[in-house]
Amino acid sequence: MIRAWDGARRNRAARLARAAAISPERWVPPDRVTALLEVILEPGDRVCLEGDNQKQADFLARCLARVDPARVRGLHLLLSVLALPEHVELFERGIARKVDFSFSGPQAVRLAQLVAAGKIEIGAIHTYLELYARYFVDLTPRVALVAALAADREGNLYTGGNTEETPAIVEATAFRDGLVVAQADARVERLPRVDIPGGWVDFVTLAPTPSAIEPLFTRDPFQIGEVQVLMAMMVLKGIYVEYGVARLNHGIGFDAAAIELILPTYGEELGVRGRVATHWALNPHPTLIPAIESGFVESVYCFGSELGMEAYVAARPDVFFTGRDGALRSNRAFAQTAGHYACDLFIGSTLQLDLAGNSSTATRSRITGFGGAPNMGADARGRRHASPAWLKAGREAQRDPGAMPRGRKLVVQLLETFREHMQPAIVERLDAWELAEDLRMELPPVMIHGDDVTHVVTEEGIANLLLCRTAEERADAIRGVAGYTPVGRARSRSAVERLRGRGVIRRAEDLGVDKRRATRDLLAARTMKDLVRWSGGLYDPPARFRSW
Amino acid sequence: MLERLAFELECPGDPAPRAAPVVVGVVASGNLEVLVEPAGPPGRVVIEVTTSARGFGEIWDAVLRDFAARHGAGGLRLSVNDAGATPAVVTLRLDQAVEEYLAQPR
Amino acid sequence: MTALPPPVPVARSSYRESNARRRLAGLLDPGSLEDLLGPAERVTSPHLEPFGIPAAFDDGVVVAAGRLDGRAVLAASQEGGFMGGAVGEVHGAKLLGLLRRAERERPAAVLLLVDSGGVRLQEANAGLVAISEVMRGVLAARAAGVPVIALVGGGWGCFGGMGIVARCCDAIVMSEEGRLGLSGPDVIEATCGVEELDASDRGLVWRTYGGKHRYLLGEADRIVEDDVAAFRVAALELLDAPRPLTLEALAREHAHLAARLEAFGASADALDLWRAAGAAEPERLPMLDAATFRGAVEAARRGDR
Repeated sequence: MIRAWDGARRNRAARLARAAAISPERWVPPDRVTALLEVILEPGDRVCLEGDNQKQADFLARCLARVDPARVRGLHLLLSVLALPEHVELFERGIARKVDFSFSGPQAVRLAQLVAAGKIEIGAIHTYLELYARYFVDLTPRVALVAALAADREGNLYTGGNTEETPAIVEATAFRDGLVVAQADARVERLPRVDIPGGWVDFVTLAPTPSAIEPLFTRDPFQIGEVQVLMAMMVLKGIYVEYGVARLNHGIGFDAAAIELILPTYGEELGVRGRVATHWALNPHPTLIPAIESGFVESVYCFGSELGMEAYVAARPDVFFTGRDGALRSNRAFAQTAGHYACDLFIGSTLQLDLAGNSSTATRSRITGFGGAPNMGADARGRRHASPAWLKAGREAQRDPGAMPRGRKLVVQLLETFREHMQPAIVERLDAWELAEDLRMELPPVMIHGDDVTHVVTEEGIANLLLCRTAEERADAIRGVAGYTPVGRARSRSAVERLRGRGVIRRAEDLGVDKRRATRDLLAARTMKDLVRWSGGLYDPPARFRSW
Repeated sequence: MLERLAFELECPGDPAPRAAPVVVGVVASGNLEVLVEPAGPPGRVVIEVTTSARGFGEIWDAVLRDFAARHGAGGLRLSVNDAGATPAVVTLRLDQAVEEYLAQPR
Repeated sequence: MTALPPPVPVARSSYRESNARRRLAGLLDPGSLEDLLGPAERVTSPHLEPFGIPAAFDDGVVVAAGRLDGRAVLAASQEGGFMGGAVGEVHGAKLLGLLRRAERERPAAVLLLVDSGGVRLQEANAGLVAISEVMRGVLAARAAGVPVIALVGGGWGCFGGMGIVARCCDAIVMSEEGRLGLSGPDVIEATCGVEELDASDRGLVWRTYGGKHRYLLGEADRIVEDDVAAFRVAALELLDAPRPLTLEALAREHAHLAARLEAFGASADALDLWRAAGAAEPERLPMLDAATFRGAVEAARRGDR
């Protein structure tokens, strides 16, 4: 019995043969796409429907949601972000049965309801990079439905500034005899540059309306308050300068934006221009503009783009990665890798932290997932090259002087002790435990693990977990910066004083940070208009952020 | 529907000088105003709180005790109108108010 | 790496970001601010507790005597952060008392730092009556020879009854951040529909109510940067330029308004109006700084001063 070794290839040919009846050309009329999907998909197929953090193949999602479930059913859906109502519809209609994904923001509640109703099977919830990694191992898509800005006659694709993970998806699919279908906002004679070669793409269609991307990384400086400025000052002086952090990734949010905005002012005072925060794995945050203009930033590699930043990025090719066409080049897989291995620090905010330093954004009745934070917010144990910050952190972490020394990545959690409605952010037990029980997950969904966290920063100061010798010390250190939350009030004052004496806990005064200076005056830009002026008029904020 | 809390706390340091009343902050959501006046016994600080966020008496107690220990200057009366500020903001305003009061010419 | 100067100097004393007290203290000669009915006197509203709202020690308005370049002035500064700067019984009484005092004392001017949505709904009738009396108070002070100048640059704007009060004054100084109107954008959207005015379209809101538009229309006499020092300079200029309060002046103003309505009544958007008024490149006007803007619209401006 001779085994056939080209089964996938022959199956691909069969699908293409069926497709020829619907569309003899590579360019498919939009009103024939649903019919095309009905013939090229087979029940149970693994289908990657591009749903990235920022862009969505929304037209293809709608077409897929309209297929006849008698012909296309039980699909195994793969996507980074389950964001559209159409995604949920696929499961409600039985077109899809199983999902492997990373993040689900807008549909988090509906997703939980579907799971409870037994209409959806979750394979696993991943981080972005591990999902892309599995596309090359055991979750290779049979069919990929992707989004591009433009395509030409040969099916070459231009994904432009907001490329995100399209290359990773297409590579895995095309080189395992899968089929790639792309929606494009425009058909052109000649692309500004080729991001995906036409030889890897089987079908292209014109999306009736351009796929919109949300400005997820834009933060209005007007919303930043004094407490955030204080924490930013402590981070800059007590961590970035202290460890000499040159290469870093900032998580999303106002807390990190405040740090970006005090580089040109407080950072200048501390004399760190050119030494600290020079190389970034970061989306093009508008709040980084003042630091770039002031000469702090040498390089930024982006995961995706940001609405309104196109002209600014194109005018700063010395800082950003841009193509021959002048536009930004982004790639989430590479940026995550950069954040994981080539950065010395990750800093992010979270909703809840426990006394071991574990944090989670999970709340009951919502399945949100992880996104990319855990990829950056984790020690990179495979790293070998040294840097001052990595070595210093490693030395602080070393418990046994005789053991093999190693470096350590700085992973910083930044949060105010109380959230809205006086909800404590630091707690004995994360809600994630309850969520895992309710939804029968194997493990509680932890965003950043306590044993990866090196520092916890609140308005009360910095707790250096690297210097903690035991789990008890770690808990005491976290209590020592937990303010007036129940866990904070339960602190042992003598234990906290001892930790403070050892430098495990450092308050603003210990860091030499003058709290009276923690005002909005320290922000290099205080309004969206300030950011526009800093950019010389190149930054073009989306309408919702403008008052002009 | 507003909660009123009153505290009279020991102050370890020298009494504060007599000076004009000072007010900082704004009664806006998540914020508070603090009025500082010279009043009361020299070794103590009197603090009156009116707040729309009810049920946090224990937290006010802890915050204000720490404040009194930190500032030490007695002979002051602090009056607070609070619209649900977090302890972080409360601490900030109390410190700001006393500093501004003490920075005045006598 | 050589030092790069920041391309834009960040305003050290943003008028909009300062609270009522700091705004006024920064406007007046240093150290000259003397509270009238200061917060320590605790003249607060008795009407808010049933709503579970804490009082403010000064009921959201600082009234004070002070000096502007050495000259005696009386001033009120509304705290927009407290209940949107809305006028209740006590707040209104303080404003009225200030104006009556001005009639007696004849300071060089009364300065009204307006940051208000109008009547405080929780004290509706008292607020309405108070604002009406304030209007009368403004006119009485003006009739007694005391200029009354409104300054509008806070985050809550100058709306409702306070909008009318402002237009009863001798002059209005605005920054582009300030907004001046009667019914606010949310009210118009709620009563007339989103097609009439989309309150979430902040660009539209500022084109319609904002300082630059009001200046171009002639309703604001000065347009300045969002800077306390700039407001002070403008106020000083206007101290000696009261608007005549005569029947002839009123008739002239009515004629001016009629002509304006005829010229621009058909304009659907401020951009159309700016274009029709002869402003070059109207789309660029919102991004210009105050001085450049003034120069750009000089010929097109419709004010009578």
